[in-house]
Amino acid sequence: MTVAIVDYGSGNLHSAAKAFERASRSMEDPQKVMVTRDPEAVYRADRIVLPGVGAFADCRRGLDAVDGMLDAMTEAVRVKARPFFGICVGMQLMATRGKEHVVTEGFNWIEGDVEKISPREENLKIPHMGWNTLDLVREHPVLERLPLGPKGRHAYFVHSYHLNASNEADVLARADYGGPVTAIVGKDTAIGTQFHPEKSQRFGLALISNFLKWKP
Amino acid sequence: MFKVRVIPCLDVKDGRVVKGVNFVDLRDAGDPVEAAIAYDAAGADELCFLDITATHENRGTMLDVVRRTAEACFMPLTVGGGVRTIDDIKTLLRYGADKVSINSAAVSNREFVKRAAEKFGEQCIVVAIDAKRVKRAGGSDRWEIFTHGGRNSTGIDAIEYAQEVVSLGAGEILLTSMDRDGTRQGFDLPLTQAIADSVPVPVIASGGVGNLDHLVDGIRQGHATAVLAASIFHFGEFTIRQAKEHMVRAGLPMRLDP
Repeated sequence: MTVAIVDYGSGNLHSAAKAFERASRSMEDPQKVMVTRDPEAVYRADRIVLPGVGAFADCRRGLDAVDGMLDAMTEAVRVKARPFFGICVGMQLMATRGKEHVVTEGFNWIEGDVEKISPREENLKIPHMGWNTLDLVREHPVLERLPLGPKGRHAYFVHSYHLNASNEADVLARADYGGPVTAIVGKDTAIGTQFHPEKSQRFGLALISNFLKWKP
Repeated sequence: MFKVRVIPCLDVKDGRVVKGVNFVDLRDAGDPVEAAIAYDAAGADELCFLDITATHENRGTMLDVVRRTAEACFMPLTVGGGVRTIDDIKTLLRYGADKVSINSAAVSNREFVKRAAEKFGEQCIVVAIDAKRVKRAGGSDRWEIFTHGGRNSTGIDAIEYAQEVVSLGAGEILLTSMDRDGTRQGFDLPLTQAIADSVPVPVIASGGVGNLDHLVDGIRQGHATAVLAASIFHFGEFTIRQAKEHMVRAGLPMRLDP
């Protein structure tokens, strides 16, 4: 079993790779984690992870610059039904459009736009940077045994935009930051988190483990 | 619910923690990676490394520290000290830093903040501000920016500077009071409040923490969204947990995950 972490020049792949390796090591059948910019390797992988930091349009441009990568990912996820995990901007790219500075097309796997968050309380800062709890919207295998809700565990967020999903059924969890913030989306064999599981200590590793065990 | 962050900061010189870290169970009090692992286990919300290595040749040692920390700790890591070029940032991020903190280089070249934010995203660009209260002849006091560990005066107004770097793309401000740093008298609360209230991004209060009430004050009165401290944690005076429980008792929302 292989896990492909897609390398398209965006951000901290090292952390994501290390977190997936750590989570994988504690499983009964460890999976091989590779960081790759080879579309063929992504197409053949059993699971695909798309990290991403920075601006939506930059990430989209970076991904498009790797010849054949988006096609390989789309084939693997939408046709071969491989499990997919988008992280932060990697999750936002799953949307129909991004509206950060300019309007940019997403993959349209999750219907909705990526919009600026606008907390009601004036004293709440942007970016939404730090630890927040998650409120469950819909049960999902990747959320099994994770303590959510106001008394549950925390996830580490750092973002100014979020995916405003058109269909409530695609939202698995939200955070509250002076209003609802989409924290986890899921549809078919794809999931995405706005927060950084690779930076969310034990909670993040537990979520990654669940993803690695998930057999949709 | 969104929580207040407690951030321990380690001064690192030539790959070693300056003055050491005095925890039980640490095999090597001078190893920043061991200290980072201990803080990770203790529930720190982020980690901050400040590289005070003087020579360029020894900077590689810091990169090794960052890489080994990122392999062992799955928590946010900010690295500052001597960050001057886009390549410096690229290298630190590649080795596993999540955010970089820019200090003197932002004062001498504001454009650098803009280019860095455009290239890497505002979320990973922290601008570190060292400010000191300055008496003005015939006028009111104000806070001015100082560089090189508080030795060099710049004559730049701290509030205007904070607003400017944020407009250029700083995603967070790490604010240190040079008057309070090392005094254990608590944060400069009027300074912290003045900066926090004039920028839309998070402000980390730093400099002067001597007891746990000071942490509460930084949030309550200083309007900071995070507090940074070094010595009260390094020398085992208080644990991160004790600090957070104290802040909870004061009514602040804190993360107490096991």
